[in-house]
Amino acid sequence: MNWTAVRSIYIFEMARFFRTIAQSFLAPVISTSLYFVVFGAAIGSRIQEVDGVSYGAFIVPGLIMLTVITQSISNASFGIYFPKFIGTFFELLAAPISFLEIVLGYVGAAATKALIIGIIILVTAFFFVDFSIVHPMAMMLFLVLTAISFSLFGFILGIWAGNFEQLQIVPLLIVTPLVFLGGSFYSISMLPSVWQTVSMFNPVVYLISGFRWAFYDTADVPILTSLMAIGVFTGICLYVIWWIFRSGWRIRQ
Amino acid sequence: MASIVQIKDLKKSYKGGFEALKGVTLDIREGEILALLGPNGAGKTTLISTICGITTASSGSVTVGGHDIVRDYRAARSMIGLVPQEINLEPFERVINTVRFSRGLFGKSGDEAGLESILKKLSLWEKKDSQIRELSGGMKRRVLIAKALSHAPRVLFLDEPTAGVDVELRKDMWEIVAGLKQAGVTIILTTHYIEEAEAIADRVGVITKGELMLVEEKDKLMARMGQKELEVQLAETLDEVPKALQSDTLRLCDSKTALIYTYDARAERTGITSLLSAVAKEGLTLRDLVTRQSSLEEIFVNLVHEGDEPTDKEGAA
Repeated sequence: MNWTAVRSIYIFEMARFFRTIAQSFLAPVISTSLYFVVFGAAIGSRIQEVDGVSYGAFIVPGLIMLTVITQSISNASFGIYFPKFIGTFFELLAAPISFLEIVLGYVGAAATKALIIGIIILVTAFFFVDFSIVHPMAMMLFLVLTAISFSLFGFILGIWAGNFEQLQIVPLLIVTPLVFLGGSFYSISMLPSVWQTVSMFNPVVYLISGFRWAFYDTADVPILTSLMAIGVFTGICLYVIWWIFRSGWRIRQ
Repeated sequence: MASIVQIKDLKKSYKGGFEALKGVTLDIREGEILALLGPNGAGKTTLISTICGITTASSGSVTVGGHDIVRDYRAARSMIGLVPQEINLEPFERVINTVRFSRGLFGKSGDEAGLESILKKLSLWEKKDSQIRELSGGMKRRVLIAKALSHAPRVLFLDEPTAGVDVELRKDMWEIVAGLKQAGVTIILTTHYIEEAEAIADRVGVITKGELMLVEEKDKLMARMGQKELEVQLAETLDEVPKALQSDTLRLCDSKTALIYTYDARAERTGITSLLSAVAKEGLTLRDLVTRQSSLEEIFVNLVHEGDEPTDKEGAA
Protein backbone atom coordinates (compact mmCIF):
# COMPACT_ATOMS: atom_id res chain seq x y z
CA MET A 1 0.00 0.00 0.00
CA ASN A 2 1.24 3.45 -0.93
CA TRP A 3 -0.17 5.30 2.09
CA THR A 4 1.83 8.43 1.32
CA ALA A 5 -0.07 8.72 -1.97
CA VAL A 6 -3.43 8.22 -0.24
CA ARG A 7 -2.51 10.93 2.25
CA SER A 8 -1.32 13.25 -0.54
CA ILE A 9 -4.60 12.93 -2.44
CA TYR A 10 -6.57 13.37 0.78
CA ILE A 11 -4.67 16.50 1.82
CA PHE A 12 -4.82 17.96 -1.69
CA GLU A 13 -8.59 17.46 -1.84
CA MET A 14 -9.16 18.81 1.65
CA ALA A 15 -7.09 21.87 0.74
CA ARG A 16 -9.50 22.57 -2.10
CA PHE A 17 -12.37 22.37 0.40
CA PHE A 18 -10.79 24.85 2.76
CA ARG A 19 -9.75 27.14 -0.09
CA THR A 20 -13.35 27.45 -1.19
CA ILE A 21 -14.64 27.50 2.35
CA ALA A 22 -17.45 29.98 1.70
CA GLN A 23 -18.91 28.00 -1.14
CA SER A 24 -18.30 24.52 0.20
CA PHE A 25 -19.54 25.15 3.68
CA LEU A 26 -21.39 28.38 4.21
CA ALA A 27 -23.84 27.64 1.40
CA PRO A 28 -25.21 24.34 2.79
CA VAL A 29 -25.28 25.73 6.34
CA ILE A 30 -27.25 28.81 5.33
CA SER A 31 -29.73 26.91 3.17
CA THR A 32 -30.36 24.34 5.91
CA SER A 33 -30.74 27.07 8.50
CA LEU A 34 -33.46 28.53 6.30
CA TYR A 35 -35.29 25.19 6.40
CA PHE A 36 -35.11 25.24 10.18
CA VAL A 37 -36.42 28.78 10.36
CA VAL A 38 -39.26 28.24 7.88
CA PHE A 39 -40.35 24.66 8.63
CA GLY A 40 -39.09 24.35 12.17
CA ALA A 41 -40.00 27.65 13.75
CA ALA A 42 -42.53 29.39 11.49
CA ILE A 43 -44.72 26.63 9.99
CA GLY A 44 -43.61 23.88 12.36
CA SER A 45 -45.36 25.44 15.34
CA ARG A 46 -48.70 25.02 13.54
CA ILE A 47 -48.12 21.38 12.63
CA GLN A 48 -49.03 18.59 15.02
CA GLU A 49 -46.41 16.37 16.59
CA VAL A 50 -45.25 13.50 14.37
CA ASP A 51 -44.66 10.16 16.12
CA GLY A 52 -44.55 12.03 19.42
CA VAL A 53 -41.87 14.44 18.25
CA SER A 54 -42.41 18.16 17.55
CA TYR A 55 -42.33 18.89 13.82
CA GLY A 56 -39.28 21.15 14.10
CA ALA A 57 -37.31 18.36 15.78
CA PHE A 58 -38.79 15.72 13.45
CA ILE A 59 -37.22 17.21 10.35
CA VAL A 60 -33.71 17.61 11.84
CA PRO A 61 -32.43 14.08 10.99
CA GLY A 62 -33.92 14.25 7.51
CA LEU A 63 -32.34 17.62 6.79
CA ILE A 64 -28.94 16.47 7.98
CA MET A 65 -29.30 13.35 5.82
CA LEU A 66 -30.38 15.48 2.85
CA THR A 67 -27.27 17.61 3.17
CA VAL A 68 -24.85 14.75 3.83
CA ILE A 69 -26.16 12.79 0.86
CA THR A 70 -26.06 15.68 -1.62
CA GLN A 71 -22.69 16.91 -0.32
CA SER A 72 -21.13 13.44 -0.48
CA ILE A 73 -22.25 13.00 -4.05
CA SER A 74 -21.24 16.44 -5.26
CA ASN A 75 -17.87 16.43 -3.46
CA ALA A 76 -16.86 13.00 -4.67
CA SER A 77 -18.12 13.38 -8.21
CA PHE A 78 -16.54 16.80 -8.63
CA GLY A 79 -13.31 15.67 -6.93
CA ILE A 80 -12.66 12.96 -9.50
CA TYR A 81 -14.30 14.66 -12.47
CA PHE A 82 -12.28 17.87 -12.14
CA PRO A 83 -8.87 16.22 -12.81
CA LYS A 84 -10.46 14.52 -15.81
CA PHE A 85 -11.85 17.84 -17.03
CA ILE A 86 -8.64 19.86 -16.72
CA GLY A 87 -6.43 16.96 -17.77
CA THR A 88 -4.43 16.36 -14.60
CA PHE A 89 -5.87 12.86 -14.37
CA PHE A 90 -2.86 11.49 -16.26
CA GLU A 91 -0.82 12.08 -13.15
CA LEU A 92 -2.86 9.55 -11.20
CA LEU A 93 -2.56 6.99 -13.98
CA ALA A 94 1.20 7.43 -14.32
CA ALA A 95 1.86 7.27 -10.58
CA PRO A 96 2.85 4.03 -8.84
CA ILE A 97 -0.52 3.74 -7.13
CA SER A 98 -3.36 1.26 -7.32
CA PHE A 99 -6.99 2.19 -7.89
CA LEU A 100 -7.76 1.25 -4.32
CA GLU A 101 -5.45 4.05 -3.20
CA ILE A 102 -7.09 6.52 -5.59
CA VAL A 103 -10.53 5.61 -4.23
CA LEU A 104 -9.39 5.82 -0.61
CA GLY A 105 -7.92 9.27 -1.16
CA TYR A 106 -10.82 10.81 -3.09
CA VAL A 107 -13.72 9.07 -1.36
CA GLY A 108 -12.09 9.57 2.03
CA ALA A 109 -11.79 13.31 1.43
CA ALA A 110 -15.32 13.63 0.02
CA ALA A 111 -16.83 11.70 2.93
CA THR A 112 -14.86 13.80 5.43
CA LYS A 113 -16.12 17.04 3.91
CA ALA A 114 -19.73 15.79 3.95
CA LEU A 115 -19.34 14.67 7.58
CA ILE A 116 -17.93 18.04 8.63
CA ILE A 117 -20.87 19.81 7.01
CA GLY A 118 -23.34 17.31 8.51
CA ILE A 119 -21.99 17.90 12.00
CA ILE A 120 -22.03 21.67 11.55
CA ILE A 121 -25.68 21.48 10.55
CA LEU A 122 -26.42 19.30 13.56
CA VAL A 123 -24.84 21.95 15.78
CA THR A 124 -26.71 24.70 13.94
CA ALA A 125 -29.98 22.84 14.51
CA PHE A 126 -29.52 23.15 18.27
CA PHE A 127 -29.81 26.93 17.89
CA PHE A 128 -33.23 26.71 16.23
CA VAL A 129 -34.91 23.60 17.56
CA ASP A 130 -35.21 21.84 20.89
CA PHE A 131 -34.24 18.16 20.54
CA SER A 132 -32.06 15.42 21.98
CA ILE A 133 -30.30 12.35 20.57
CA VAL A 134 -31.29 8.99 22.09
CA HIS A 135 -28.59 6.83 20.44
CA PRO A 136 -25.60 9.12 19.69
CA MET A 137 -23.27 6.28 18.69
CA ALA A 138 -25.78 4.84 16.23
CA MET A 139 -26.35 8.37 14.91
CA MET A 140 -22.63 8.78 14.19
CA LEU A 141 -22.46 5.31 12.63
CA PHE A 142 -25.33 6.15 10.27
CA LEU A 143 -23.78 9.47 9.40
CA VAL A 144 -20.39 7.93 8.60
CA LEU A 145 -21.88 5.05 6.61
CA THR A 146 -24.08 7.42 4.60
CA ALA A 147 -21.19 9.76 3.86
CA ILE A 148 -18.98 6.89 2.69
CA SER A 149 -21.60 5.08 0.61
CA PHE A 150 -22.81 8.20 -1.18
CA SER A 151 -19.24 9.38 -1.74
CA LEU A 152 -18.61 6.03 -3.43
CA PHE A 153 -21.71 6.67 -5.54
CA GLY A 154 -20.48 10.18 -6.35
CA PHE A 155 -17.10 8.78 -7.35
CA ILE A 156 -18.80 6.47 -9.87
CA LEU A 157 -20.79 9.43 -11.16
CA GLY A 158 -17.63 11.51 -11.59
CA ILE A 159 -15.89 8.72 -13.51
CA TRP A 160 -18.94 8.23 -15.71
CA ALA A 161 -19.64 11.90 -16.45
CA GLY A 162 -18.35 13.17 -19.77
CA ASN A 163 -19.32 16.79 -19.18
CA PHE A 164 -20.62 19.10 -16.48
CA GLU A 165 -24.22 18.58 -17.52
CA GLN A 166 -24.00 14.85 -16.92
CA LEU A 167 -22.33 15.58 -13.61
CA GLN A 168 -25.36 17.62 -12.51
CA ILE A 169 -28.17 15.62 -14.04
CA VAL A 170 -28.10 12.54 -11.83
CA PRO A 171 -28.15 14.47 -8.53
CA LEU A 172 -30.78 16.82 -9.93
CA LEU A 173 -33.16 14.31 -11.54
CA ILE A 174 -32.71 11.23 -9.40
CA VAL A 175 -31.06 11.91 -6.07
CA THR A 176 -32.85 15.10 -4.99
CA PRO A 177 -36.35 13.68 -5.66
CA LEU A 178 -35.48 10.44 -3.88
CA VAL A 179 -34.22 12.35 -0.87
CA PHE A 180 -37.19 14.73 -0.75
CA LEU A 181 -39.61 11.82 -1.10
CA GLY A 182 -37.60 9.77 1.37
CA GLY A 183 -39.42 11.11 4.40
CA SER A 184 -37.22 14.08 5.26
CA PHE A 185 -40.28 16.23 5.96
CA TYR A 186 -42.91 13.62 6.84
CA SER A 187 -43.37 10.16 8.24
CA ILE A 188 -44.08 7.48 5.64
CA SER A 189 -47.07 6.44 7.78
CA MET A 190 -48.69 9.78 6.92
CA LEU A 191 -48.99 8.74 3.24
CA PRO A 192 -51.89 6.88 1.58
CA SER A 193 -51.14 3.15 1.59
CA VAL A 194 -50.34 2.99 -2.16
CA TRP A 195 -47.65 5.61 -1.74
CA GLN A 196 -46.37 3.87 1.35
CA THR A 197 -45.74 0.81 -0.81
CA VAL A 198 -44.08 2.91 -3.52
CA SER A 199 -41.88 4.56 -0.89
CA MET A 200 -40.53 1.17 0.14
CA PHE A 201 -38.65 1.10 -3.18
CA ASN A 202 -36.86 4.31 -2.30
CA PRO A 203 -33.56 3.40 -0.62
CA VAL A 204 -33.32 6.82 1.01
CA VAL A 205 -36.43 6.02 3.11
CA TYR A 206 -34.44 3.37 4.95
CA LEU A 207 -31.57 5.73 5.62
CA ILE A 208 -33.66 8.57 6.96
CA SER A 209 -35.79 6.21 8.98
CA GLY A 210 -32.72 4.63 10.56
CA PHE A 211 -31.15 7.99 11.21
CA ARG A 212 -34.33 9.28 12.83
CA TRP A 213 -34.45 6.18 15.00
CA ALA A 214 -31.00 7.11 16.30
CA PHE A 215 -32.37 10.51 17.30
CA TYR A 216 -35.84 9.73 18.68
CA ASP A 217 -36.17 5.96 18.89
CA THR A 218 -39.05 6.02 16.38
CA ALA A 219 -38.80 4.71 12.83
CA ASP A 220 -40.81 3.90 9.70
CA VAL A 221 -38.94 0.63 9.12
CA PRO A 222 -37.06 -1.65 11.52
CA ILE A 223 -33.53 -0.43 12.27
CA LEU A 224 -31.96 -3.67 11.02
CA THR A 225 -33.67 -3.22 7.68
CA SER A 226 -32.19 0.27 7.51
CA LEU A 227 -28.71 -1.07 8.22
CA MET A 228 -29.14 -3.78 5.62
CA ALA A 229 -30.29 -1.25 3.02
CA ILE A 230 -27.24 0.93 3.49
CA GLY A 231 -25.03 -2.18 3.51
CA VAL A 232 -26.48 -3.37 0.20
CA PHE A 233 -26.11 0.10 -1.36
CA THR A 234 -22.47 0.35 -0.24
CA GLY A 235 -21.85 -3.16 -1.55
CA ILE A 236 -23.27 -2.29 -4.97
CA CYS A 237 -21.15 0.87 -5.19
CA LEU A 238 -18.01 -1.02 -4.17
CA TYR A 239 -18.70 -3.68 -6.78
CA VAL A 240 -19.23 -1.09 -9.54
CA ILE A 241 -15.98 0.68 -8.59
CA TRP A 242 -14.11 -2.60 -8.54
CA TRP A 243 -15.48 -3.35 -12.00
CA ILE A 244 -14.61 0.14 -13.32
CA PHE A 245 -11.02 -0.22 -12.25
CA ARG A 246 -10.70 -3.76 -13.51
CA SER A 247 -11.99 -2.86 -16.93
CA GLY A 248 -10.50 0.65 -17.06
CA TRP A 249 -13.94 1.93 -18.14
CA ARG A 250 -13.78 5.67 -18.88
CA ILE A 251 -10.32 5.76 -17.30
CA ARG A 252 -7.66 4.04 -19.32
CA GLN A 253 -7.90 3.57 -23.07
CA MET B 1 25.68 1.02 -22.38
CA ALA B 2 22.96 -0.97 -20.64
CA SER B 3 19.43 -0.33 -21.74
CA ILE B 4 17.04 1.07 -19.15
CA VAL B 5 13.83 0.86 -21.15
CA GLN B 6 13.13 -2.12 -23.35
CA ILE B 7 10.18 -2.03 -25.68
CA LYS B 8 9.28 -5.23 -27.51
CA ASP B 9 6.84 -5.39 -30.38
CA LEU B 10 4.49 -2.88 -28.77
CA LYS B 11 1.12 -2.59 -30.47
CA LYS B 12 -1.81 -0.40 -29.69
CA SER B 13 -5.08 -0.28 -31.52
CA TYR B 14 -8.04 1.78 -30.45
CA LYS B 15 -11.68 0.85 -30.64
CA GLY B 16 -12.76 1.38 -34.21
CA GLY B 17 -9.61 -0.29 -35.44
CA PHE B 18 -7.17 2.64 -35.60
CA GLU B 19 -3.69 1.27 -35.11
CA ALA B 20 -1.64 3.88 -33.25
CA LEU B 21 1.39 1.63 -32.77
CA LYS B 22 2.17 -1.18 -35.16
CA GLY B 23 4.79 -3.17 -33.32
CA VAL B 24 7.47 -0.86 -31.97
CA THR B 25 10.71 -2.40 -30.70
CA LEU B 26 13.23 -0.10 -29.10
CA ASP B 27 15.97 -0.19 -26.48
CA ILE B 28 16.64 3.05 -24.69
CA ARG B 29 20.10 3.28 -23.20
CA GLU B 30 20.74 4.45 -19.70
CA GLY B 31 21.84 8.07 -19.56
CA GLU B 32 21.15 8.97 -23.18
CA ILE B 33 18.96 11.63 -24.70
CA LEU B 34 16.74 10.06 -27.30
CA ALA B 35 14.73 12.30 -29.57
CA LEU B 36 11.64 10.82 -31.18
CA LEU B 37 10.84 12.68 -34.34
CA GLY B 38 7.62 12.36 -36.21
CA PRO B 39 4.71 14.30 -37.63
CA ASN B 40 1.54 14.94 -35.64
CA GLY B 41 -0.44 11.78 -35.13
CA ALA B 42 2.55 9.51 -35.77
CA GLY B 43 2.18 7.68 -32.46
CA LYS B 44 4.83 9.46 -30.39
CA THR B 45 2.46 10.38 -27.58
CA THR B 46 0.77 6.99 -27.66
CA LEU B 47 4.16 5.32 -27.26
CA ILE B 48 5.02 7.49 -24.26
CA SER B 49 1.55 7.16 -22.73
CA THR B 50 1.76 3.40 -22.95
CA ILE B 51 5.15 3.24 -21.27
CA CYS B 52 3.93 5.55 -18.50
CA GLY B 53 0.72 3.63 -17.82
CA ILE B 54 -1.79 6.11 -19.17
CA THR B 55 -2.95 3.83 -21.95
CA THR B 56 -2.77 0.06 -22.06
CA ALA B 57 -0.98 -1.76 -24.85
CA SER B 58 -2.87 -4.17 -27.08
CA SER B 59 0.14 -6.47 -27.18
CA GLY B 60 3.88 -6.48 -26.68
CA SER B 61 5.85 -5.66 -23.56
CA VAL B 62 7.80 -2.86 -21.94
CA THR B 63 10.24 -3.04 -19.07
CA VAL B 64 11.71 -0.08 -17.21
CA GLY B 65 14.84 -0.85 -15.23
CA GLY B 66 13.95 -4.52 -15.69
CA HIS B 67 10.45 -4.08 -14.22
CA ASP B 68 7.50 -5.00 -16.42
CA ILE B 69 5.16 -2.00 -16.69
CA VAL B 70 2.06 -4.13 -16.13
CA ARG B 71 3.04 -6.87 -13.70
CA ASP B 72 5.43 -4.75 -11.70
CA TYR B 73 3.87 -1.34 -12.33
CA ARG B 74 4.79 0.21 -9.01
CA ALA B 75 8.52 -0.38 -9.43
CA ALA B 76 8.44 0.58 -13.11
CA ARG B 77 6.46 3.79 -12.68
CA SER B 78 8.52 4.86 -9.67
CA MET B 79 11.45 5.31 -12.03
CA ILE B 80 9.54 7.43 -14.54
CA GLY B 81 8.81 11.12 -14.73
CA LEU B 82 6.45 12.46 -17.40
CA VAL B 83 6.09 15.97 -18.75
CA PRO B 84 2.96 15.92 -20.90
CA GLN B 85 2.44 17.86 -24.06
CA GLU B 86 -0.64 19.74 -22.89
CA ILE B 87 -0.31 22.15 -20.03
CA ASN B 88 -2.57 20.37 -17.58
CA LEU B 89 -2.48 22.06 -14.20
CA GLU B 90 -4.99 22.99 -11.53
CA PRO B 91 -5.39 26.74 -12.12
CA PHE B 92 -6.16 27.69 -8.52
CA GLU B 93 -3.51 25.56 -6.88
CA ARG B 94 -0.21 27.01 -5.66
CA VAL B 95 2.98 25.94 -7.38
CA ILE B 96 4.61 24.41 -4.32
CA ASN B 97 1.46 22.43 -3.42
CA THR B 98 1.10 20.79 -6.80
CA VAL B 99 4.77 19.82 -6.76
CA ARG B 100 4.39 18.38 -3.25
CA PHE B 101 1.30 16.51 -4.43
CA SER B 102 3.20 14.91 -7.32
CA ARG B 103 5.98 13.79 -5.04
CA GLY B 104 3.45 12.35 -2.60
CA LEU B 105 1.74 10.35 -5.35
CA PHE B 106 5.02 8.55 -5.89
CA GLY B 107 5.02 7.51 -2.26
CA LYS B 108 7.91 9.73 -1.29
CA SER B 109 7.80 11.62 1.96
CA GLY B 110 8.30 15.37 2.04
CA ASP B 111 11.71 16.71 1.06
CA GLU B 112 11.47 20.47 1.18
CA ALA B 113 15.20 20.98 0.50
CA GLY B 114 15.00 18.76 -2.58
CA LEU B 115 11.93 20.56 -3.89
CA GLU B 116 13.60 23.91 -3.25
CA SER B 117 16.61 22.94 -5.33
CA ILE B 118 14.38 21.72 -8.18
CA LEU B 119 12.31 24.91 -8.15
CA LYS B 120 15.44 27.07 -8.02
CA LYS B 121 16.98 25.21 -10.92
CA LEU B 122 13.84 25.89 -12.94
CA SER B 123 13.72 29.55 -11.83
CA LEU B 124 10.40 28.91 -10.11
CA TRP B 125 11.40 29.47 -6.50
CA GLU B 126 10.15 33.07 -6.40
CA LYS B 127 6.83 31.88 -7.78
CA LYS B 128 6.37 28.96 -5.42
CA ASP B 129 3.41 30.53 -3.63
CA SER B 130 1.76 31.88 -6.77
CA GLN B 131 -1.40 30.35 -8.11
CA ILE B 132 -0.79 28.49 -11.35
CA ARG B 133 -3.22 30.70 -13.28
CA GLU B 134 -1.00 33.71 -12.55
CA LEU B 135 1.95 32.17 -14.39
CA SER B 136 2.96 32.65 -18.01
CA GLY B 137 2.82 29.73 -20.45
CA GLY B 138 6.54 29.12 -20.20
CA MET B 139 6.41 29.14 -16.41
CA LYS B 140 3.57 26.63 -16.45
CA ARG B 141 5.68 24.32 -18.58
CA ARG B 142 8.43 24.62 -15.98
CA VAL B 143 5.93 23.68 -13.28
CA LEU B 144 5.12 20.53 -15.26
CA ILE B 145 8.83 19.72 -15.35
CA ALA B 146 9.19 20.41 -11.62
CA LYS B 147 6.29 18.05 -10.93
CA ALA B 148 7.85 15.34 -13.08
CA LEU B 149 11.21 15.76 -11.34
CA SER B 150 9.77 15.95 -7.82
CA HIS B 151 10.28 12.24 -7.14
CA ALA B 152 13.77 12.10 -8.68
CA PRO B 153 12.95 9.87 -11.68
CA ARG B 154 15.71 8.02 -13.52
CA VAL B 155 13.86 8.17 -16.81
CA LEU B 156 12.21 11.39 -17.94
CA PHE B 157 9.75 11.62 -20.80
CA LEU B 158 9.28 15.06 -22.32
CA ASP B 159 6.39 15.15 -24.75
CA GLU B 160 6.92 18.11 -27.09
CA PRO B 161 8.62 20.21 -24.41
CA THR B 162 9.15 23.18 -26.68
CA ALA B 163 5.93 23.21 -28.68
CA GLY B 164 4.67 26.78 -28.75
CA VAL B 165 7.62 28.06 -26.77
CA ASP B 166 9.65 31.09 -27.84
CA VAL B 167 13.27 30.83 -28.94
CA GLU B 168 14.70 32.08 -25.66
CA LEU B 169 12.76 29.62 -23.57
CA ARG B 170 13.58 26.81 -25.97
CA LYS B 171 17.27 27.40 -25.33
CA ASP B 172 16.57 27.41 -21.59
CA MET B 173 14.74 24.13 -21.94
CA TRP B 174 17.67 22.59 -23.78
CA GLU B 175 19.98 23.69 -20.99
CA ILE B 176 17.70 22.14 -18.40
CA VAL B 177 17.72 18.89 -20.36
CA ALA B 178 21.52 18.97 -20.66
CA GLY B 179 21.77 19.51 -16.90
CA LEU B 180 19.51 16.52 -16.23
CA LYS B 181 21.58 14.33 -18.51
CA GLN B 182 24.65 15.31 -16.52
CA ALA B 183 22.85 14.21 -13.39
CA GLY B 184 22.45 10.78 -15.01
CA VAL B 185 18.79 10.99 -16.00
CA THR B 186 17.79 9.18 -19.18
CA ILE B 187 15.71 11.51 -21.33
CA ILE B 188 13.27 10.69 -24.07
CA LEU B 189 11.78 13.66 -25.81
CA THR B 190 9.38 13.89 -28.67
CA THR B 191 9.52 16.76 -31.05
CA HIS B 192 8.72 17.71 -34.56
CA TYR B 193 11.50 20.26 -34.64
CA ILE B 194 14.46 18.67 -36.35
CA GLU B 195 16.80 21.36 -35.08
CA GLU B 196 15.85 20.37 -31.57
CA ALA B 197 16.87 16.77 -32.14
CA GLU B 198 20.08 18.01 -33.74
CA ALA B 199 20.85 20.31 -30.84
CA ILE B 200 20.46 18.01 -27.88
CA ALA B 201 19.91 14.36 -28.77
CA ASP B 202 22.41 11.53 -28.62
CA ARG B 203 20.22 9.34 -30.77
CA VAL B 204 17.32 10.09 -33.03
CA GLY B 205 14.35 7.85 -33.69
CA VAL B 206 11.85 8.55 -36.43
CA ILE B 207 8.24 7.46 -35.94
CA THR B 208 5.57 7.65 -38.53
CA LYS B 209 2.17 5.99 -38.78
CA GLY B 210 2.83 3.96 -35.67
CA GLU B 211 6.09 2.52 -36.88
CA LEU B 212 9.63 3.23 -35.80
CA MET B 213 11.34 3.83 -39.13
CA LEU B 214 14.85 4.32 -37.85
CA VAL B 215 16.91 4.80 -34.72
CA GLU B 216 20.40 6.06 -35.22
CA GLU B 217 23.21 7.92 -33.53
CA LYS B 218 22.67 11.55 -34.26
CA ASP B 219 26.29 11.90 -35.43
CA LYS B 220 25.80 9.19 -38.03
CA LEU B 221 22.69 10.90 -39.24
CA MET B 222 24.60 14.16 -39.38
CA ALA B 223 27.29 12.44 -41.44
CA ARG B 224 24.59 11.33 -43.84
CA MET B 225 23.48 14.90 -43.88
CA GLY B 226 26.96 15.96 -44.97
CA GLN B 227 26.50 13.95 -48.15
CA LYS B 228 25.91 15.83 -51.33
CA GLU B 229 24.77 14.74 -54.72
CA LEU B 230 26.06 16.01 -58.01
CA GLU B 231 23.77 15.55 -60.96
CA VAL B 232 25.63 15.51 -64.24
CA GLN B 233 23.04 16.17 -66.92
CA LEU B 234 23.93 14.82 -70.32
CA ALA B 235 22.96 15.66 -73.85
CA GLU B 236 22.52 11.96 -74.71
CA THR B 237 20.50 9.10 -73.22
CA LEU B 238 22.42 6.20 -71.70
CA ASP B 239 21.39 2.59 -71.14
CA GLU B 240 23.77 2.13 -68.23
CA VAL B 241 26.67 3.79 -66.50
CA PRO B 242 29.68 3.52 -68.88
CA LYS B 243 32.03 0.72 -67.78
CA ALA B 244 34.99 3.00 -67.17
CA LEU B 245 32.92 5.13 -64.77
CA GLN B 246 31.22 2.38 -62.78
CA SER B 247 31.53 2.76 -58.99
CA ASP B 248 29.37 2.56 -55.84
CA THR B 249 28.97 6.29 -55.72
CA LEU B 250 27.70 6.78 -59.22
CA ARG B 251 24.34 5.83 -60.62
CA LEU B 252 22.14 6.60 -63.55
CA CYS B 253 19.05 8.66 -62.86
CA ASP B 254 15.60 7.38 -63.77
CA SER B 255 15.29 9.42 -66.93
CA LYS B 256 18.64 7.97 -68.06
CA THR B 257 19.83 11.38 -69.13
CA ALA B 258 21.93 12.17 -66.07
CA LEU B 259 24.52 10.61 -63.82
CA ILE B 260 24.18 11.09 -60.07
CA TYR B 261 27.35 11.18 -58.04
CA THR B 262 27.24 10.98 -54.25
CA TYR B 263 30.12 12.46 -52.27
CA ASP B 264 31.09 13.82 -48.89
CA ALA B 265 31.26 17.59 -49.13
CA ARG B 266 33.39 17.80 -46.02
CA ALA B 267 36.07 15.40 -47.29
CA GLU B 268 39.42 16.73 -48.51
CA ARG B 269 39.00 15.18 -51.93
CA THR B 270 35.50 15.04 -53.29
CA GLY B 271 36.45 13.24 -56.48
CA ILE B 272 34.49 15.71 -58.60
CA THR B 273 37.46 16.71 -60.77
CA SER B 274 38.36 13.14 -61.65
CA LEU B 275 34.70 12.32 -62.31
CA LEU B 276 34.30 15.22 -64.72
CA SER B 277 37.51 14.41 -66.57
CA ALA B 278 36.42 10.76 -66.83
CA VAL B 279 33.06 11.88 -68.23
CA ALA B 280 34.90 14.01 -70.79
CA LYS B 281 37.15 11.08 -71.66
CA GLU B 282 34.10 8.90 -72.35
CA GLY B 283 33.08 11.49 -74.92
CA LEU B 284 29.83 12.43 -73.15
CA THR B 285 28.46 15.95 -73.63
CA LEU B 286 27.62 17.90 -70.48
CA ARG B 287 24.41 19.87 -70.51
CA ASP B 288 24.32 21.11 -66.95
CA LEU B 289 25.51 20.44 -63.40
CA VAL B 290 23.29 20.49 -60.31
CA THR B 291 24.35 19.85 -56.69
CA ARG B 292 22.02 18.90 -53.87
CA GLN B 293 22.50 18.54 -50.14
CA SER B 294 20.46 15.98 -48.24
CA SER B 295 19.45 17.34 -44.84
CA LEU B 296 18.17 15.52 -41.79
CA GLU B 297 14.91 17.13 -42.70
CA GLU B 298 15.03 15.52 -46.10
CA ILE B 299 15.92 12.12 -44.69
CA PHE B 300 13.04 12.57 -42.31
CA VAL B 301 10.58 13.65 -44.95
CA ASN B 302 11.61 10.78 -47.18
CA LEU B 303 11.05 8.30 -44.39
CA VAL B 304 7.76 9.79 -43.37
CA HIS B 305 6.39 9.85 -46.87
CA GLU B 306 7.73 6.52 -48.01
CA GLY B 307 4.93 4.88 -49.90
CA ASP B 308 2.79 7.99 -49.79
CA GLU B 309 1.13 9.45 -52.78
CA PRO B 310 3.33 12.39 -53.73
CA THR B 311 0.76 15.02 -52.82
CA ASP B 312 1.11 17.67 -50.15
CA LYS B 313 4.58 18.70 -49.21
CA GLU B 314 3.40 20.92 -46.40
CA GLY B 315 2.24 17.93 -44.39
CA ALA B 316 5.84 16.91 -43.95
CA ALA B 317 6.71 19.20 -41.07
